[in-house]
Amino acid sequence: MTELEAGRARALVPVSSGAALQRYRDVLIAVIAFAVLASLPLFTGSKALLDFVIRCSAYGLFATSLNLLVGYTGLTSFGHGMFFGLGAYGFGLIMQKLGVPIPVAFVATLAITAVIAAIIGAICVRLKEIYFAFVTLAFQMLIHSTILSWASFTGGDQGLRGGIPRPTFLGINLANHIHLYVASCALLILGLLAMRQIAQSPFGYTLRMIRDNAARASFLGIDVWRAKLTVFVLAALFAAMGGMVMALFVSGAYPEFAYWTISGEAIFINMLGGVSTFLGPMVGTVLLLLLNDTVTRFTEYHGIVLGVVILFFALGLRKGLLDFVAEWFARRRKTGEGR
Amino acid sequence: MDLDALAGCLSSSACLVTQTTSGLIIGMLLFLVAVGLTLIFGVLKVVNFSHGAFYMFGAYFAMAAYQLTGSFALAMLAGAAGTAILGLIFERVFMSRVYGADVLMQLLVCYAFVLIFDDVVRIIWGPEFKSMGMPSAFQVMPLFIAGGVVPPYYLLLIGVALVAAIVLGAGLSRTRIGKVIRAAAHNPGMVSALGINTGLIYGGVFALGGMLAGLAGALAAPVRSLTPGMGFSVLIESFIVTVIGGMGSILGALIGALLLGLIRSFGSLGFPLFTEGLMYLFMVIVLVSKPTGLFGKEAA
Repeated sequence: MTELEAGRARALVPVSSGAALQRYRDVLIAVIAFAVLASLPLFTGSKALLDFVIRCSAYGLFATSLNLLVGYTGLTSFGHGMFFGLGAYGFGLIMQKLGVPIPVAFVATLAITAVIAAIIGAICVRLKEIYFAFVTLAFQMLIHSTILSWASFTGGDQGLRGGIPRPTFLGINLANHIHLYVASCALLILGLLAMRQIAQSPFGYTLRMIRDNAARASFLGIDVWRAKLTVFVLAALFAAMGGMVMALFVSGAYPEFAYWTISGEAIFINMLGGVSTFLGPMVGTVLLLLLNDTVTRFTEYHGIVLGVVILFFALGLRKGLLDFVAEWFARRRKTGEGR
Repeated sequence: MDLDALAGCLSSSACLVTQTTSGLIIGMLLFLVAVGLTLIFGVLKVVNFSHGAFYMFGAYFAMAAYQLTGSFALAMLAGAAGTAILGLIFERVFMSRVYGADVLMQLLVCYAFVLIFDDVVRIIWGPEFKSMGMPSAFQVMPLFIAGGVVPPYYLLLIGVALVAAIVLGAGLSRTRIGKVIRAAAHNPGMVSALGINTGLIYGGVFALGGMLAGLAGALAAPVRSLTPGMGFSVLIESFIVTVIGGMGSILGALIGALLLGLIRSFGSLGFPLFTEGLMYLFMVIVLVSKPTGLFGKEAA
């Protein structure tokens, strides 16, 4: 962790040219990644594989947005899933009740999420550590209970059924599986790129400073409360994006999307992949979904297998997979230099 | 929402008594689970996310012992002793490895065991709902107090929980072991330097916490149905209790648990679908107005 941070700090020194260069590099990687993902249907007709990527998009956006809070700002939210659920329900309800074009519903859902996240965040972010975790969890369960009890509007415990209408917009027909796949990949890549920009911006470094020493940040004239609130709302927006991809994929929304276990899963994904690298949560997402899919195919007792794997990560590696790999490389490079 | 039902109940003494006792037993069971949680947090500074599993094991152990021996007392003993041993092993073998680590790491170890324990129960006792059945000693006429119905078993349950609360409170504040435990919570390094085995204290406190949860599970077994996931909702509710009452406070856990039990029993009349929502709303209100909980000390 410390080695990594030292490495990062060294790379930071030529800020002006280095930052621009890094941005070009990030955009280039994003374009290549999108090209690879989008051309996948040309090589394989496997619907299962494409479905897997769509699910990875939904969970990946969600988990990476949580890492903005947990890894970058040190805010351990136990209730991040509420925004995943809000995204899914907001999008589904707007499409069902208003019948507007998909982009309008998309933006409207983000706007609603931003307002709700700002209200909840304003209350939560002034609390410290474990209390922040608990109060976010309480808000999540409050939203979950509201969804369950407001059955006439949300469908209650049956979920939002009847399908989400997908009118064609500019030739994009999300009822078509390939179109939906490409759109999900685009949202994933754009979302990741945007979050990467946030993480590498001066604001992103302000967040790291708040994580490491909030008192010092405050002495340097940073409004810690405002910075935390800003990142809370930003993270909520990307989580809602993930929720919307999920709603489109399952063509509905279910109360489980807002249940606290989904927050638990996101935290678990983060730990699995690692929180000190940007792509750690993405790696964790792929790992968890793969693990879930394969294990459930072989045994009905997948809890035991999953539990043992978690124990291996928590007690064996003691860190996420990508963190482990990154540190291993850092150590190797160091011994190489020493020789 | 059904405010008429709530108002109707509040004006009738029979309904008032019935709802209050049902609130009290919910609260007392919650207290036993939550006080273990708060004790473990207070001394070990660990949020035991797998605490619900001990409640579940307590219930299953009790059921197994009852079916084997037919003795209610032995069933309670099996529930409490079995989970105490389980807690000791769990703490010494696994939890003690992650004390210095990140909070998230500790959570992850507990989460892993929630998954494993649930499956273990599923393998041993099967995935379907089980029930232990009311022991014959308590299959007698219910008591009528002011027109309300009170099963005698409820009185036993409330009594056992109250005794546990008093013994625990007095033990921690009056006895030598209690003093050592409080000292270890305050400054483990100093306690260890004075020649006291802190590892033993940690293991003991964890075993005690697990035993209380197991006792709650064993007491609940005759009145609730048993399923592999039963620890989950209890865990969440006892979290709410400890947060409302203040982490590390025994009195707080008692008051918090009773408040929550009453909210649940009366809330289910007035807001049948939003009962859970009421609890979370209450938790939000307490946390926002006093983040350390009603009886919590100011955070260091």
